[in-house]
Amino acid sequence: MNTRPSLFSLTFSLPLLIWQLAFFLFPLAFLVALSFWTVRNFQMQPNFDTVNWVKIYSRSVFWDAYFRTLLLASFSAALISLAAFPASYAISFKLGENAKRWMIFVLIIPFFTSYLVRVYSLQVFLSDAGILNAFLGYLGLGPYSMLNNSFGTLTGYATLCLPLVILLQVFSLNFVNRDLVEAAHNMRCGRLRTVLEVIIPSAKAGLVIAGLFAFILSFGDFVSPLYLGGGNPPTLSIMITDITKSGQQWPRAAVVALTMIATLLTVAFAAIKFAYREAGK
Amino acid sequence: MTGNRNPLINGLLKLHITLCLIFIFAPIAGSFVFSLNSDRFPSLPLGSFSTEWYRLIWEDPLVWAGFFNTLLVGACVAAIATLLGFGGAYTDFRYKFFGKPVYLALALLPPTIPVVIMGLAMLAFLSRVSLSGNVISVIIAHGVMCSPFAMAIIRLRLSQMDPDLEAAAWNLGGNEWVTMRHVIIPFTKPAIYAALFITMAVSFDEFAVAWFVSGLNETLPVKVLGFLQGQVSPRINAIGSLAFVSSISFIVIAQLLMRNPESKPS
Repeated sequence: MNTRPSLFSLTFSLPLLIWQLAFFLFPLAFLVALSFWTVRNFQMQPNFDTVNWVKIYSRSVFWDAYFRTLLLASFSAALISLAAFPASYAISFKLGENAKRWMIFVLIIPFFTSYLVRVYSLQVFLSDAGILNAFLGYLGLGPYSMLNNSFGTLTGYATLCLPLVILLQVFSLNFVNRDLVEAAHNMRCGRLRTVLEVIIPSAKAGLVIAGLFAFILSFGDFVSPLYLGGGNPPTLSIMITDITKSGQQWPRAAVVALTMIATLLTVAFAAIKFAYREAGK
Repeated sequence: MTGNRNPLINGLLKLHITLCLIFIFAPIAGSFVFSLNSDRFPSLPLGSFSTEWYRLIWEDPLVWAGFFNTLLVGACVAAIATLLGFGGAYTDFRYKFFGKPVYLALALLPPTIPVVIMGLAMLAFLSRVSLSGNVISVIIAHGVMCSPFAMAIIRLRLSQMDPDLEAAAWNLGGNEWVTMRHVIIPFTKPAIYAALFITMAVSFDEFAVAWFVSGLNETLPVKVLGFLQGQVSPRINAIGSLAFVSSISFIVIAQLLMRNPESKPS
């Protein structure tokens, strides 16, 4: 290896580095500076003032939104992981190679459909006089209120996250050593016990990462809580879009955004640490 | 799978898969059905068949403007993201250097940052350097978000290449540039095409960051967000169905391009 990088190597490695530094890292770093700026006469001025942090952190509306978002995202991650697991388990352990490949292909399709369109469609399904309530009406049930509440929000989160969570779970389950499962069966370990004590521990890292992704996506999403959850009370991401779009109070939006990033980093590190604990075993 | 077979439990598990698929695909299928339905608020029983919503978007000049913006952004983003991603993938494949984990993290992290935060950061930054509110700002932002996908796809292809192939080309007298042109690029060509189409499909559906930075030059997904905020309109379903068909076409083309050369010995 050369000690000095050649022109050739720099031609290929630098553009991406420069682009991501300039347009990814720098804007995120700029948010930190922005959070200390002040707004006078609808004009942002470079400054070093903690007024935005104090203002935002002293509002109970913010903390309500914060804990609400945290709770919704955690609940969503847990619920989606639980709902996904039997499906992932069945795909990984019960289907043939061909069916498995098809299933993975089918689960990738939603990534290329517009999330907005799916949310709009869900509004039609969930509204008071919508498809689901009409259907339940035939069965003599309902109508239930499924829109503009947490049920709507969580349904939206699930639409967003479920395909990804199933895929990630399937990938981690595919890596579980089949001999271990066989051995457990040979030693007369029951089906449920095999799943709980052999399969889940050996796929733990992947399962936790899948849940983490559901958390990250739910925590940052503003479409479901707004258009399916009704937007009131707001989540943190709705706060950011509201503040940003309604005026020049971007420094305050930056405070909310930075708080979100700090929370996400904390959760991500904790989850990864938990996922790889006892990895050697 | 061998092991204990209990038809009841296996049946229940398969039923669960089916339920998950229904949950995932009902909104997608629903949007198709609603787009061809006469009702403004579709419910059971469904209204009559109608192409009214398609006619409305066909005649809406703003939808066309959004469509051309989307196309322009998508094409530029695909080219930029694939170029950047190729460089990143090759760097990861070929070189070991100090700080490589940082380089890779910087290259691959953008998709994990929530889009509202990306949107705010981009808007704040780009408006400082007077780049916000136009198509270029959307291209820049989507370049950041799409290049990790291009990089992953091309890196996957490079990992299928025998590393000795490159060394053999050097031994035969090709310098690095010639080897790049005659060995590496031909070998990764299917992945390059796939990356072009996939990044374009990603850019086609991205609405949040585009919404923050695009100003008046809205792309189609941003337009849809506008429809969603305004009056209820099944035009969203019509646009969504068309966008879905075009995205899926891109994916299928990308798949075919990825698969074709595998049948031939390379």
